[in-house]
Amino acid sequence: MSSKRVARSGAAAPHEPEPALPETPQRRPTVAVFKFASCDGCQLSLLDAEDELLGVAEAVEIVNFPEATSVMEKGPYDLGLVEGSITTHHDAERIQQVRRQCHTLVTIGACATSGGIQALRNWKDVGGFVRSVYPNPDFIRTLKMSTPVAEHVPVDFELRGCPINKHQLLELISATLAGRKPNIPTYSVCLECKRRANVCVAVARGTACMGPVTQAGCGALCPSFDRGCYGCFGPMESPNTVSLTERFRILGRADDDIVRAFRSYSAWAWQFRQAGEECEKS
Amino acid sequence: MRATASTGSSRSIKVDYLTRVEGEGSILVKLKGDQVQDVQLGIFEPPRLFEGFLRGRHYLEVPDIVARICGICPVAYQMCAVHALERILDITVDPAIRLLRRLLYCGEWIESHALHIFMLHAPDFLGFPDAIRMAAEHRELVELALRLKKIGNQLMIVLGGREIHPISVTVGGFHKVPTKASLRALVDDLSWARDTAIVAARTVAGLPFPDFQQDYEFVALSHPDEYPLNEGRLVSNQGLDIHVSEFGNHFMEQHVKYSNALHCRLRERGAYLVGPLARFNLNFARLPESAQQVAGECDLLPPCLNPFRGIVVRAVELLFACEEALHLIAQYEPPAVPRVEGRVRAGVGHAATEAPRGVLYHRYEIDEHGLIVNAQIVPPTAQNQKRIEDDLWHFVPQLTNLPLDQITAKCEQAVRNYDPCISCATHFVKVEREE
Repeated sequence: MSSKRVARSGAAAPHEPEPALPETPQRRPTVAVFKFASCDGCQLSLLDAEDELLGVAEAVEIVNFPEATSVMEKGPYDLGLVEGSITTHHDAERIQQVRRQCHTLVTIGACATSGGIQALRNWKDVGGFVRSVYPNPDFIRTLKMSTPVAEHVPVDFELRGCPINKHQLLELISATLAGRKPNIPTYSVCLECKRRANVCVAVARGTACMGPVTQAGCGALCPSFDRGCYGCFGPMESPNTVSLTERFRILGRADDDIVRAFRSYSAWAWQFRQAGEECEKS
Repeated sequence: MRATASTGSSRSIKVDYLTRVEGEGSILVKLKGDQVQDVQLGIFEPPRLFEGFLRGRHYLEVPDIVARICGICPVAYQMCAVHALERILDITVDPAIRLLRRLLYCGEWIESHALHIFMLHAPDFLGFPDAIRMAAEHRELVELALRLKKIGNQLMIVLGGREIHPISVTVGGFHKVPTKASLRALVDDLSWARDTAIVAARTVAGLPFPDFQQDYEFVALSHPDEYPLNEGRLVSNQGLDIHVSEFGNHFMEQHVKYSNALHCRLRERGAYLVGPLARFNLNFARLPESAQQVAGECDLLPPCLNPFRGIVVRAVELLFACEEALHLIAQYEPPAVPRVEGRVRAGVGHAATEAPRGVLYHRYEIDEHGLIVNAQIVPPTAQNQKRIEDDLWHFVPQLTNLPLDQITAKCEQAVRNYDPCISCATHFVKVEREE
């Protein structure tokens, strides 16, 4: 199992060499979107920004975005948005090329930032999974692990969420173009719940809620719909997973259930990975 | 990404990455003179192995997990999952829950159809690489498309919390149901969307369509009283009429080397077509009168056998989805409880629903603790793969006088007739010519 540390959200990882970009003062910044193993939902978030899309397209030049356009211009690109996790040898090579072409590289969504739901294979025999899905497993080329982009190349910023929040994506694009740090909070879902004046589902009803260890960004959707948060934005900056595990046990949750709670959409994010494995050991 | 190569007597065209579709695919068409030698719809989208890791998960987790198969049609996956699991747990939902599920599905149809008609497919007909560049000349059309799409998304947000991977759907009902007032607030926008869908249908009906028809076997759900979304028997124009639990007896999945998505075929007759064209041809009588009338004005009467006119059918279905949403909202009374519990027991459950791209089939087996033992998911694009290849076999001979870049563009357009969702099916265009 890899012990390589995933780049933190918000931390600008150093990388070199930076590709040279042509210097023309009137030039619009170029944006490229790349897809690896994923559901397409995070890049769809850009098309789902219906009120802002045409404005964005005026501010930047979208020169590579296969889901939306047949235009496929070669890099270098000012900003690369990468969706999806690395699950094949080919993709492990392709992400290196993508990195070399992008001045700023941002990963979007749980797959790209933590390996996604498909990282559940990382604890199992992937050959068994392939055999359970495909009659001719020999035709399938896949890696044993699904890994986040930051395990392969330096990443300038990681945007969390399964799916990402489109307003956070717009903020990220604006900030990158302005050369400032994006205003993306790293606190927990609990703060969003308080702000919405939700009654705490964990305290009031004993619901197993992942909100205390999950990064904000969704607007505390699940508690607002009378259910516990299921952690789709991944771990917050400094999650107290030990305390939450204890709380789940007090609420009567079996250890198997707790392991599954940490092993979902951001299972391979090290904080959740560790929490699940600790619980499994005990 | 395209490349055209000529070597002596043979020429080849490649499109390495099929664009304006969801996911990663390719097509290979081999030509010798004017003869098609081979057609392969390749799917190189990396396998994500959902059926593998669903094993051992609790049944209540399934609707959230399977939503992640597709960012464009998560509701379809959630609907199939809850219906199949409810059959195992012997749950009958409140009529209001049934209504809300149908309404949520309408939201996804509106969003998905608006996206495909105007942003992915129309640029082919109008000669643009994408909707954003199309907006330079057709700004009003693109703005109208975006507003339609947004209205579909709004409906999903009110019912499901968000448009991508909604969080309210659960086995037995919803985590929380909307108030009447929150749905009524959508009526003005949906009324605009309905009127706009009529204009949209007339607009796309005026696009230039290649003269191309095929003798298809259409497969869709059919319900005695409704245009199909969540329920019905699986029927075809060639005599198929089965309960969804019999799916495995009539359909088989094949694994071909060049595709990471299994090809699904009818055991007896091979390739078939699912999606708007199949639904329209098999269920025309169940469309609301307004949609039937607009279809007639667009010279669109069943059976429509030209897949390029699928864009008009989608517009008619867009109108249906708006009408249906308005109709459902007018009838809505909140249920006494948002969800009901079932009795956990070991068993097998099946469901098929109509995703925007066609029939989606799920089968689950759970144990006495409610954990998944086996899962089988057959997405619409997996079912259409063989049919897409067959269309190209028959369509390309019409094109052989054209330059190769135009043949390639027409092939891509023919593939987009199916609105392939490759992320779902777990794909690419390459035309080679030997002379």
